[in-house]
Amino acid sequence: MIKVLKPGLQTTVQDNGRNGYYALGMPPSGAMDKFSFLAANLLVGNDENAAVLEATYLGPELEFQTDAVIAIAGGEFPPKVNGQCVPLWTTLAIREGDVLSFDFVKQGARVYIAVAGGIEVPVKMGSRSTYTLCGIGGFEGRALQKGDVLAIGERTGPSPVEGTAVPVYLRMKFSKSNEIRVVMGLCSYRLTEEARRKFLSIDWTVTPDANRVGYRFKGEPLDFVPRKQPFGAGSDPSNVTDLGYPIGSIQVPSGIEPIALLHDAVTGGGYVTIATIISTDLNKMGQIKSNETVRFVEVTLDEAIEARKELNAKLDEIKQIIS
Amino acid sequence: MSEQAVISEVPGVFYRKPSPDEPVYVEEGQKVKAGETIGLIEVMKNFYEVTAPADGTVKAFKAEEGDVVDAGQEIAVIE
Repeated sequence: MIKVLKPGLQTTVQDNGRNGYYALGMPPSGAMDKFSFLAANLLVGNDENAAVLEATYLGPELEFQTDAVIAIAGGEFPPKVNGQCVPLWTTLAIREGDVLSFDFVKQGARVYIAVAGGIEVPVKMGSRSTYTLCGIGGFEGRALQKGDVLAIGERTGPSPVEGTAVPVYLRMKFSKSNEIRVVMGLCSYRLTEEARRKFLSIDWTVTPDANRVGYRFKGEPLDFVPRKQPFGAGSDPSNVTDLGYPIGSIQVPSGIEPIALLHDAVTGGGYVTIATIISTDLNKMGQIKSNETVRFVEVTLDEAIEARKELNAKLDEIKQIIS
Repeated sequence: MSEQAVISEVPGVFYRKPSPDEPVYVEEGQKVKAGETIGLIEVMKNFYEVTAPADGTVKAFKAEEGDVVDAGQEIAVIE
């Protein structure tokens, strides 16, 4: 069992996501940075879909009431066991009574805490991920609170030896200014040529409205091509007849502030989606903090698939090093 | 008297008032008790309270109303 002494700002149980219900309006939830999530699970010998803790901006303080093997990966949240610094991206042995805490976040936005055996919560619609807006999944459908006690699941195999680490060159890198690759569409035809150029050339600042649902950006207004209001569409130039919103899609209500929809977002509606963040770069997006900047870089679908292959090759390399 | 920094634990936007048309939580020079709220950080559509780490007098604020602050940044000094 793991006792929550301090919950952090928003710490939730997440796995690979509640996939397959998007058409019903159920977003997948799941880890925002799947790369770090997976690395943490690999470092403790877990199944790739095991549930972990995802902490945003402020790490939790946890008391382990049993011996455990853990790994912490993702943003640079300096971890401590009983007040002593321990490394990130490394297999750690924990003794009964040990307390895990974190120093202030240095870089990145989210950190993943994997425990050998996984965080044991009921599976809801095929996933252990928390979807807080509906109160589904995870620990009682909500972010952790002080005094919560988490169960640890049965181990499915042996863990790597203590001290096993993901080499530095394979870890996530962080910056205050970031390039995020997008595939333009589905409704980018609604932007004027100038607005399209502007969207892809200015630095967009992440506002404090940035969470698991979406990230809102500040920059410059974007204009839409004049048109006759189609049947079923709202009157604003940024409205279209309702359509599905891909995960990572970027909409610009009234052309004012772009919003990137992420893992806990609404799955459809009547705003133009001008571009979609490629799945590989959703990991990086989930590590960007308020007030950091993003430059959107257009890629083709083929380039997006190539980027996914490169990411998978990186994960394969980690698997080889760890096993 | 020793000085103690009040640190923001989270990144976000700093406010000294509970809401725009209310007075500030504390003025510079005012006495505070440990754990007393001296400001708010807006982050992820939520407000996180900044509290005094110890009893003392708020000597100075290091961040202004509406400033963007980083985790670990000094918000105020208490002595």
